[in-house]
Amino acid sequence: MIEYAVRFVAGGMIVSAFAILGDMLRPRSFGGLLGAAPSVALATLAIAVVQHGPQYAAAESWTMIYGAVALACYSVAVCHLLMRFQFAALPATIIAFAVWLAVAFGLLASFGGAA
Amino acid sequence: MLVNLSSSSFKRTRWYEYGVRFLLGGVATVAAGLAGARFGVSIGGLFLALPAIFCASATLIESHERRAKEKAGLSGRRRGQQAAALDATGASLGSIGLAAFAAAFYVAAPASIVGAFLAAILAWIVVSVAAWRLRRALRRTSRGAAQPHGEARSAQSRGILP
Repeated sequence: MIEYAVRFVAGGMIVSAFAILGDMLRPRSFGGLLGAAPSVALATLAIAVVQHGPQYAAAESWTMIYGAVALACYSVAVCHLLMRFQFAALPATIIAFAVWLAVAFGLLASFGGAA
Repeated sequence: MLVNLSSSSFKRTRWYEYGVRFLLGGVATVAAGLAGARFGVSIGGLFLALPAIFCASATLIESHERRAKEKAGLSGRRRGQQAAALDATGASLGSIGLAAFAAAFYVAAPASIVGAFLAAILAWIVVSVAAWRLRRALRRTSRGAAQPHGEARSAQSRGILP
């Protein structure tokens, strides 16, 4: 239980810090880079190293590459839903989540996890 | 245009909006941990790049821009969508950096954990900024070759449409 409390607080703080920095940076497309900041990854990998060791964390980071590719596809999908189909931000980001799931699990099924 | 820091976002952001981000960030990190514990390391790794707070960020950016326009007596709906799309464009470029972060960590972790974190953060910064600069250079080149028209012109001038 304490482990998940630590995860919650550490993740919340790192995500908030990157989000505030992203808000402050101009131009907005540059600030948007921080929308894909490794905020969840930093907290989770650090805990994984302490709990399971470097090999486990490295294996996690391998499939994180698939997640990052899926995040790129997700972001492009959000952009098109907003600009071409004129969705509002909330429905666009929720609908595009299907793209993230499909790409992430598709890549995992195709290429597998770390050896 | 040079990259700079603006404090105007503090004036526009309400206190509960910081709380929403903290909450979503915490939930996403717990979810990543639970996914790893329940379904294994491979699926847990996918969740390290979960767009968990993106919906909150995009919605906040959209509402800030819309409010600013509406204060001036104009409809801010389209402006809000454009601002959120611009943020998504940046995130798509940042995703390339995130993949570089993961790859650098994977390569360096067996040798040194501290070194792996430093290499991964450095890779993320260098690759993200390089992708952003490359996109700007390409846009400048293509803009010189052909002038866009109508709404596409307006959107492109804000860097939203590819």
